[in-house]
Amino acid sequence: MLPRLEPRSGVSAAMMLLTPAIAVGLTLIAGVIMFAALGFDPGRALYTFFVKPVSTLYGVSELLVKATPLAVIGIGLALGFRANVWNIGAEGQFTLGAICGGGVALAFHGVESWLVLPAMAVAGILGGLAWGAIPAFLRVRFNANEILTSLMLTYVATLLLSYLVHGPWRDPEGLNFPESRMFEDSALLPVILDETRLSIAAPIALLIVLAGWVVLSRAFLGFQIKVVGQSPAAASYAGFSEKRLIWTVLCVSGALAGLAGMFEVSGPIGQLHPVVSPGYGFTAIIVAFLGRLHPVGVLFAALLIALSYLGGELAQIELKLPLALTGVFQGMLLFFLLGTDVLIRYRIRFRRRGARIALPQGG
Amino acid sequence: MDTAAAVIVSMMAAATPLLYAALGELVTEKSGVLNLGVEGMMITGAVTAFATATITGSSAIGIVAGATAAMALSLIFAVLTLSLVANQVATGLALTIFGIGLSALIGQGYVGTPLDALPKLDIPGVSDIVFIGPVLFGHDFLIYFSFVMVGAVAWFLYRTRAGLVLRAVGESHDAAHAIGYPVIGIRYLAVAFGGAMAGVGGAYLSVAYTPMWIENMTAGRGWIALALVVFATWRPGRVLLGAYLFGGVTILQLHGQGFGLGVASQILSMLPYLATILVLVLISSDRALIRLNAPADIGRVFRPAS
Amino acid sequence: MAAVASDDATARLALTDICKTFPGVVANDRVSLTLRPGEIHALLGENGAGKSTLVKIVYGVLRADSGEMRWNGQIVQVGSPAQARRLGIGMVFQHFSLFDSLTVAENIALGIDEKVPMRDLTERIGEVSAHYGLALDPGRHVHTLSVGERQRVEIVRCLLQNPSLLIMDEPTSVLTPQEADRLFETLRQLAAEGVTVLYISHKLEEIRALCEAATVLRGGRVVATCDPRTETARSLAQMMIGAELATPERGGADAAGNDRLTVRNLSLESEHPFGTPIRNVSLSVRAGEILGIAGVAGNGQPELLAALSGETLCEDADAILLDGRPVGRLGPRARRARGVCVVPEERMGQGTVPEMTLSENGFLSAYLRSGMLRQGLLQVRAMSRFASDIIQAYSVMAPGPAAAAGSLSGGNLQKFIIGREILQNPEILIAAHPTWGVDAGAAAAIQQALLDLAKAGAAVLVVSQDLDELFAISDRLAVICEGRLSASRLTRDTTVEQAGLLMGGMFDEAGEIVETHAA
Repeated sequence: MLPRLEPRSGVSAAMMLLTPAIAVGLTLIAGVIMFAALGFDPGRALYTFFVKPVSTLYGVSELLVKATPLAVIGIGLALGFRANVWNIGAEGQFTLGAICGGGVALAFHGVESWLVLPAMAVAGILGGLAWGAIPAFLRVRFNANEILTSLMLTYVATLLLSYLVHGPWRDPEGLNFPESRMFEDSALLPVILDETRLSIAAPIALLIVLAGWVVLSRAFLGFQIKVVGQSPAAASYAGFSEKRLIWTVLCVSGALAGLAGMFEVSGPIGQLHPVVSPGYGFTAIIVAFLGRLHPVGVLFAALLIALSYLGGELAQIELKLPLALTGVFQGMLLFFLLGTDVLIRYRIRFRRRGARIALPQGG
Repeated sequence: MDTAAAVIVSMMAAATPLLYAALGELVTEKSGVLNLGVEGMMITGAVTAFATATITGSSAIGIVAGATAAMALSLIFAVLTLSLVANQVATGLALTIFGIGLSALIGQGYVGTPLDALPKLDIPGVSDIVFIGPVLFGHDFLIYFSFVMVGAVAWFLYRTRAGLVLRAVGESHDAAHAIGYPVIGIRYLAVAFGGAMAGVGGAYLSVAYTPMWIENMTAGRGWIALALVVFATWRPGRVLLGAYLFGGVTILQLHGQGFGLGVASQILSMLPYLATILVLVLISSDRALIRLNAPADIGRVFRPAS
Repeated sequence: MAAVASDDATARLALTDICKTFPGVVANDRVSLTLRPGEIHALLGENGAGKSTLVKIVYGVLRADSGEMRWNGQIVQVGSPAQARRLGIGMVFQHFSLFDSLTVAENIALGIDEKVPMRDLTERIGEVSAHYGLALDPGRHVHTLSVGERQRVEIVRCLLQNPSLLIMDEPTSVLTPQEADRLFETLRQLAAEGVTVLYISHKLEEIRALCEAATVLRGGRVVATCDPRTETARSLAQMMIGAELATPERGGADAAGNDRLTVRNLSLESEHPFGTPIRNVSLSVRAGEILGIAGVAGNGQPELLAALSGETLCEDADAILLDGRPVGRLGPRARRARGVCVVPEERMGQGTVPEMTLSENGFLSAYLRSGMLRQGLLQVRAMSRFASDIIQAYSVMAPGPAAAAGSLSGGNLQKFIIGREILQNPEILIAAHPTWGVDAGAAAAIQQALLDLAKAGAAVLVVSQDLDELFAISDRLAVICEGRLSASRLTRDTTVEQAGLLMGGMFDEAGEIVETHAA
């Protein structure tokens, strides 16, 4: 008999926690098959991908460096997705944060002051916020779908950055490469672990995760976000303004993505390039879902996905595997997660169940 | 060929991939399913078509392979959203992320490989007529076929019973189910058609428009196709109009510097994306228009009591 | 003519021991039923008794777990509605299976299985409409039709297939009394032509007037079969409910006080493209009274309720007054702060968030009160206490405040919502369909709670489609039709016929009944 889905009477809390683990497991199995099909020893490939990158302290610090932007962006996206606001333009907001933060760094070139970094952070946040506010405005005022507008703005942001580093902001002393000057020390985030690139961005990210947790679990704002996402009519009945919440979540997620972008250029990169992100803004979407749109979950998901970045890089160097494999892994993980999520609300039955006696409802 | 004709010809070529992808998505959405994975399906179609055409030496086989690969991808989406009731927005995004990664993986051996462009169907003598010749004749068959598809989709949706059923399923899956139509089965077919069409659109990019493989060569065209469906208020004829409008914008961007505009290429390249936002705003702000034309049950999960 | 036929050989449809279970619920438990040609047979039962499940099995929408179905003596397995239609079974659904954006003809084409060219179809629609007095314009879009007209589309769609069994699921719940009478004429005509009608209802009077046999379901089982013409409404009710019905106790209704809530010449476009605009509505509710607003579904009730609750803002602040002060431009939150509580139309997804706990759902509308919100943070303990209070005071069957709202039955959820609003000590309560789909026991408790609230001095406005309910609890009655509201009348001076005329829109600019058109 064919398997059938049968609705559970409620949401299964156990499955909420279990399905990400099942999805990771299935992804690994699919990985084994894929590596074998590509002609690699699956054991060695998986080891290179998922274990070796974190076998040294430096490796762990790199994991945290990569997890930082993913967690910061992921928190903002989780807030939005909870409200059914689909900001998928975080990559663009990240880029704007990098442009604005980097612009401040370049403007204060030669100025040695502790004020430069806070100014960059504010500029980065405002840049991302502005880029998130545009889809909010277009959705609230003109009913335009935020998925498409935020995504289109990502392409615009990338082109804007490319224009700046090819033109006005190109390093005057450089060799005509499309790059800005190197930032001065006062425009670089302080490193907190010697010999690594781990900066104060990581602990700040942790604070943001905590703040996100408080907002979602205890704050009135978080409650409103959840209600508007699950039952818009109930939000309207309760008097929660959907428009205000759309503005809020898009501005917050834009601001966080902008901050992450500023962290990236004032941390690991240290200057402006035409490409400042290996797709963090898009990958953070996976992070948000994998983390069950829960801040703590987002934290763990960010670490796991960061590992897939490191693994992809190492596999490229050691096994000559294409870097694109990272994207395939990430996509597969999300597929498996979405597929197994059905178990949260439904159970799978292979045969007809016996009758259970209970009060009838819904004649 | 004079300049005006040349511009129109290149506009047609730029519009064609959008037209295929948007037509496919239109049918998918009319059945009540929102598949945001068009970009991922297009790029997979592009790389598969290119690789197959290179190996077999036949563009036609390549195009069929591209359509098939994209359709296979769309079926993953269908299984997840229709059978396993996953969120359509999230699954569509996953499809795009996966497709972009997969295409880079498949395509890495083909970067820089040359390929003969799809042959043009020239009619000696006729194609040489001033203006009319190059505009009407001498295109590759996919351009002609795209017009056939516009007509076919319009005829199917509004003149056949199957099309009526498909629209009904998108309008109210509960009502359609109550009358006895197989909602999920119909949606599977619509999603698969959308996938195949996105694949053809992608294939057109890599075997005809710019016969080569470049990573990320769709450059957001899948997303623009999604916006075109809204722009067209879910009507096939208007998809044609919208696609050609965007083809025009693309040409403006490509030839902008040639026309002597003193604007950086990056700024010009923003045009199609900014234009997409503009048309979305223009159409969406008329809420009544959207509500009257959009399939009422789009994006909603259907789960029959059994 | 025997009322209850048992001769299966002449039966058009014979069901034996049909069982159907859903997770946690036995919807049909060994149900047997026999229908003869030309019979109008009632399937009687409360909400949740298993009527809809049974007919969906007959029509092939659902599949029975066990049991036997015979059609004209032959054992059949109905796997799909299409197969049911081929056998000659037609069904008119309670929630119409129509497509708003399609035309009448397209909707009908979708419901019949033969491939008929549109032109022929239009012609046949015309013939059937004329024969049974069911006027229809095939070219119109369904979203422009009234609810009664939509039902006609469904009926014509069935009749075009020449069914020998027609199933009607609660057909009169959307009709005025006069429209219902016209429908009965059509059904009697069909029966006289040999068509069997299976008529599902919980309205006792109309079953006594129309049907010659009845099968009564309770808790998924057949508890009685009878000839309703020889029964009284009271005896039928006892079979259906299995207990004596408590009639709500009325207080001193004449002690009404000052106007609390006043609406003055309110006009409002609907936000929904297929909705009904509100036209020049005026009303007032006094302290200590219940004002009932009757009307057939789809005549502007959702729009009026949204305007009253603040979910839709009025153009003009003066259109709605609370104690004489304009509130038309204030949202739900500000109106709640002024003592307005609302029981909304939809209990799932509007009145509550199904995935959230009862604690959170208590907080949903009561966050301004009971100390549940401090400095922007939720006070979890206070929330849980409030939910427990509701559960206790209103006998809500729920495991506790941590239970998800979606796990409660409809009646219990409604009691929870009513309790949540009343425990906030509202000065003005607006209640939409307070007992819709609720079993009789819970309905009586809810009606009593509303009466007690009014007696305690609150102004109560009840919008309902259930005329019996409004006659039972309201002091004054007004009727909404096509977005217009009639003048209110004292309920005790109003007859069902008068209410029916008003529901059919037979009132003038001043809101008074136009008697000349009475037919």
